[in-house]
Amino acid sequence: MKQQIIMKLLTGVAGLGIALGAVSAHASPEKDRQELIKYYTTKFPNVKLEDYVYGALAFDADSKAQYEAIMEFPPFESQVEAGRKMWETPFKNGKTYASCLPNGGKQIAGNYPMFDEARGKVVTLHDVINSCRTANGEEAFKVDDMKTMGVLTAYMRTLSDGMLMNVKVEGPKATAAYEDGKKTFYSRKGQLNFACATCHVQNGGNYLRSELISPVIGHAVHWPVFRGGDNLVTLQQRYQGCFTQVRQVPPPQGGETMNNLEYFHSALSNGLPLKASVFRK
Amino acid sequence: MAEPMRIRATMAGDVADVKVLMNHPMETGTRKDAKTGQLVPAHFITEVDATINGTPVLNAEIGGAVSKNPYLGFKVKGAKAGDKVVVNWVDNKGDKNSAEATIG
Amino acid sequence: MNALRRNVLKSAAGASAVAVAVAAGLLKPTQAMAAWNKAAFEAKNVGDAMKGIGATSPADSKDITIKAPDIAENGAVVPVEVTSGIAGTSRIAILAEKNAQPLVGTFDLTGGAQGFISTRIKMGQTSLVRAVVNAGGKTYTAAKEVKVTIGGCGG
Repeated sequence: MKQQIIMKLLTGVAGLGIALGAVSAHASPEKDRQELIKYYTTKFPNVKLEDYVYGALAFDADSKAQYEAIMEFPPFESQVEAGRKMWETPFKNGKTYASCLPNGGKQIAGNYPMFDEARGKVVTLHDVINSCRTANGEEAFKVDDMKTMGVLTAYMRTLSDGMLMNVKVEGPKATAAYEDGKKTFYSRKGQLNFACATCHVQNGGNYLRSELISPVIGHAVHWPVFRGGDNLVTLQQRYQGCFTQVRQVPPPQGGETMNNLEYFHSALSNGLPLKASVFRK
Repeated sequence: MAEPMRIRATMAGDVADVKVLMNHPMETGTRKDAKTGQLVPAHFITEVDATINGTPVLNAEIGGAVSKNPYLGFKVKGAKAGDKVVVNWVDNKGDKNSAEATIG
Repeated sequence: MNALRRNVLKSAAGASAVAVAVAAGLLKPTQAMAAWNKAAFEAKNVGDAMKGIGATSPADSKDITIKAPDIAENGAVVPVEVTSGIAGTSRIAILAEKNAQPLVGTFDLTGGAQGFISTRIKMGQTSLVRAVVNAGGKTYTAAKEVKVTIGGCGG
């Protein structure tokens, strides 16, 4: 049944001239990614693949210039600084985040989400941070709390700037989680009956009224963002925004649906460099 | 009380390029708090002054129309690497902040 | 501008003296703020704001460049850069004509400061962003339209 829904949507998408022969319900994540890259680079021959990390800004020079002007000396620097203080402050037991994260927390964000075979589920960077906290006698942060997890990762993720997205999908359980995320991405939902793909695959690079829609390739590398220069939004917080915008009650952040979605969504940006804490409108 | 402002000052030829990022809510007094529906009182920087090695170079009067966490960039000819830039601001409540940097 | 304040600022100690004086209570914060051009900042139309800053009929000038977006990404934070190539530029003022209070700021430049100001401003709606330059006892002006939209997809 699920396959039928995906095939219907994919056929509809194929009707727009996308060669989706390889993007079936059973294709490999790498094939999915390559097909979407081929679709976009064919549709927009003048946009370099490396510029997809800028999302909609890659398609409009005026917007991109504003981004560069603001990023030169970002107004949200003090929020990132607050995150640095959180990161560097030891737990009550004297240990630090750096002491319990792989590689001291540096250049690791691109490995997440990852599939934890032992626990049989996708774990995100937020989960790993919380595991570190609870292992050291601290309470876990709420993953949807921008003031704690948001601010901490606004700094912590910058330690992975430049790292290439490197989400691995290996083995049947991981693949099933990936496929679940893909189903969420391609299923129509909400009163507006849009799928994520409706905007971000079919209409990436196109205008929806005054808004330029970002393509799915390059989406997952640039989080959190500071909307308007000061409103901190993490990736799953943005997912909730998208659900709300198509008039669908959003699933909870940090739950299975959202984590599997982030797993699928991030894999599509494999090979592109991360950059945390950036300006968006 | 106010968070420190950040100053970046570098030489480009014989001109010092000074960039300042101040921390301030810059409330105009016309915005309504989303939760309470009440007007958020006006609270904004009114004046910014800068000197290089004690010589005044910039005296700005600004209002609530400057964006939150104000950014100001200016250029001074004749300054040299090693010169000291001092920036002060005052806001409508009398709060003030000062920072200095050496031109790099 | 308050003459006493201007003279204090011109002295060798410059603005630091004002800061110290404020801290010592010699120059009360309200006094420091009293020099703020309230009439001009609270003017509700561009004509009154211009009058408030002493720019009643500035000459249009092609030597003033305004770098600002065609369409603002977010009206709360619009990067604006004004460059004046007019010799002897002593002040740059920035206005957003359709803001409820058009005057954004006045920037007095001394001691080698060039005719250049870069900042980020709030705009309530599509409007001309106007720069007024004082140089050699005269005033000059240029303007650029910046469109402001109400975005939808920001989430």
